[in-house]
Amino acid sequence: MTLTKTTLGALAASTLLAGGAAAQTDLSLWYHGAGNEVESNILNGIIADFNAAQSDWSVSVESFPQQSYNDSVVASALAGNLPCILDVDGPVMPNWAWAGYLQPLPISEDAIEGHLESTIGRWDGEIYGVGLWDAAVALYTRDSTLEALGLRRPTLEEPWTKDEFMAALDAAKATGDYDYPLDLGTAWTGEWYPYAYSPFLQSFGGDIVDRSTYDTAEGALNGDAAIAFGEWWQSLFAEGYAPGTSQDPADRDTGFIEGKYAFSWNGNWAAATTLEGVDDVIFLPAPDFGNGPIIGAGSWQFGVSSACEHPEGAAAFVEHALQDKYLAAFSDGIGLIPGTKDAAQMTEKYAEGGPLAVFFDLSAEQSLVRPVSPGYVVAAKVFEKALSDIANGADVADTLDAAVDEIDDDIETNQGYGH
Amino acid sequence: MSSKLTRSNRAGWLFALPGFSLLFLFIIVPFFFAFWLSLTNQRLVSPNPTEFIGLKNYRDLLSVSIITLEPERTEAGEVVRDKDGEIEYPRVRTITRSDEFPQYRGMQEWFRWQSGDTAKVVIAADVVFMKALVNTLTFALFIVPIQGGGALLLALLINQKLRGINAYRTIYFMPVVISIVVISLLWRFIYSGNEGLLNNILSALTFGAFTPVDWLGNTETALGSIIAMSAWQAMGFHMVIWLAGLQSISPTLYEAASIEGASKWQTFRYVTWPGLRNTAVLVLIVITMQSFAVFAQVDVMTNGGPLDSTQTLVFQTVERGYGKQDISGGATISVILFLMVLMISAVQAFLTRERK
Repeated sequence: MTLTKTTLGALAASTLLAGGAAAQTDLSLWYHGAGNEVESNILNGIIADFNAAQSDWSVSVESFPQQSYNDSVVASALAGNLPCILDVDGPVMPNWAWAGYLQPLPISEDAIEGHLESTIGRWDGEIYGVGLWDAAVALYTRDSTLEALGLRRPTLEEPWTKDEFMAALDAAKATGDYDYPLDLGTAWTGEWYPYAYSPFLQSFGGDIVDRSTYDTAEGALNGDAAIAFGEWWQSLFAEGYAPGTSQDPADRDTGFIEGKYAFSWNGNWAAATTLEGVDDVIFLPAPDFGNGPIIGAGSWQFGVSSACEHPEGAAAFVEHALQDKYLAAFSDGIGLIPGTKDAAQMTEKYAEGGPLAVFFDLSAEQSLVRPVSPGYVVAAKVFEKALSDIANGADVADTLDAAVDEIDDDIETNQGYGH
Repeated sequence: MSSKLTRSNRAGWLFALPGFSLLFLFIIVPFFFAFWLSLTNQRLVSPNPTEFIGLKNYRDLLSVSIITLEPERTEAGEVVRDKDGEIEYPRVRTITRSDEFPQYRGMQEWFRWQSGDTAKVVIAADVVFMKALVNTLTFALFIVPIQGGGALLLALLINQKLRGINAYRTIYFMPVVISIVVISLLWRFIYSGNEGLLNNILSALTFGAFTPVDWLGNTETALGSIIAMSAWQAMGFHMVIWLAGLQSISPTLYEAASIEGASKWQTFRYVTWPGLRNTAVLVLIVITMQSFAVFAQVDVMTNGGPLDSTQTLVFQTVERGYGKQDISGGATISVILFLMVLMISAVQAFLTRERK
């Protein structure tokens, strides 16, 4: 008898609780920024605003460290435990969409009007992710260095050609003032390689895969343009222009500031620290190696997982998060390039005339997203190994051939990755 | 023979049950699972159904051929030589990427030698795997004597009745308790090319005559550096096993030896070493098995580079299975590794068996 009473009581209580929660449907969100307090605070602010601003949805966030984020998502997808809203890295998005982890994001075209194209993740004709920011890479140097070496200051309209770039490195090398003329950041392994260096290859006229069909890398990664790129890449290390793959990570972080390098190929995320250490730092656009000046693009984006029952709720949250004030907050907080021109004007550093405004222009003018294919995840690994082997003196043509074979094999075993 | 194991020994089997079921669940079942996966095209992430593909994964790893390259000749039929006098050969890619030789498609040069004017080139379907195989065998070949011998030496040293001997025991055993990842990170600093501890010590000892070496960034020294560090790291563990063996030798034997007037070497040769026989077999087999599983050091210190000089089989298993999402490829390597270790252990057990 007592048992029944308790059960009834519990039932009544839970009905009450459920009644209270029914007003707002719970949407879970996974994010890659655990450990970064500033980033978490901004995100929590956006979520609190969203939950307070409407009565249909209630978003709750769970943060993961970036290093293990992708593994966590893959593991939970295999176990069938995906959240509703997923944070996804731009180049990985097609892989997850193809694997069925993501569903198209039902967002209106109005909401993404005026956003940098590289922040919109499209795959198979649908939008799968939208990012609040982008990142860009530039050639860091000092105004005084250009002056001392008597070099022309390159502009977006007229970037350095390959010859001008190499002449600049030679001039810096001839002074004997630097450990190396150029710091490429070879100490950073992983996604940095394809992100930062495949644009050089594309500027030479090659690519990681053939983007017209996405069914082979033959010709793109081992054609004449790619071999020319490989020879040039190898010469940077063989002739002492840049430190090799065993570069000390500490030198990568502070070498340019300390004056060990004349030029540094680095991302906008390092700009704030560099500005503090170097008064006259300038950010030059990528050189043109013959096929136009190119830098990488595509950063983290929000998407909807296939397990989500309320994609419209997820879309409502993403549209809410895309407001300029939040883009500006992320930019001011962690130094990223805001996704719209209007948001850029609201930030301290990316506003017209701000010290980093040039990065917004670089993103808008020079950026090319990495190959949009589910196979990119594997191709990126192969590309990284090929580049570090070539830097260490491996035969250029043979190494690129081997990379092509590996990428092609992978595309074949995956039956063309749905292209 | 059957009597002892099966008859009225229920308690024994019950005691063994938890251990057996764990071994079965986490060693035997995964092995058969891996064997099955190696015959399919299973991916880590894929919407495509898994297909049975027979031995293709094994062919893709193990295929090796020899091709003969004729030297480049001028129109007069003379052999073309470059400025150093070396004979010039056509590139291997003119064969491996030609439609005339579909059987060599996708293969790469592993190594070559010259016989007369022609060059013999060994091409492999998976050169990285072959290099990993050779590196792993090299690693084991050096680790077994260095680590086993060093551990025995340490055990002899600390098997003395001295004041504070426990402090030494603790110090020698310390690296075993510390996580291998932490140790690898520390050794990366020690081996660092510009301001590393090792370079500093060597140049101080030689009064600056020593030119700093980038230990991990150099194809010649990278594997050796990892071998040295690994031998040091696990030495303490085997030291303890040796020590247990040493202490099980009856002191009366040593007393008898000293009464007979045996020298130190004779005591070791005729009393200690025979008494350590079973321990030696155990240490040998354990080190061999462990050395084939080398992974963490490579992952933290070199990532298999430079130029594949530190690739190992387990590193490749992980790299393929997770990095490149090719679970079946990774499973294939682990099956091959398992069979290799099984074979080597069987040979060792056979060679070191007790002869009557």
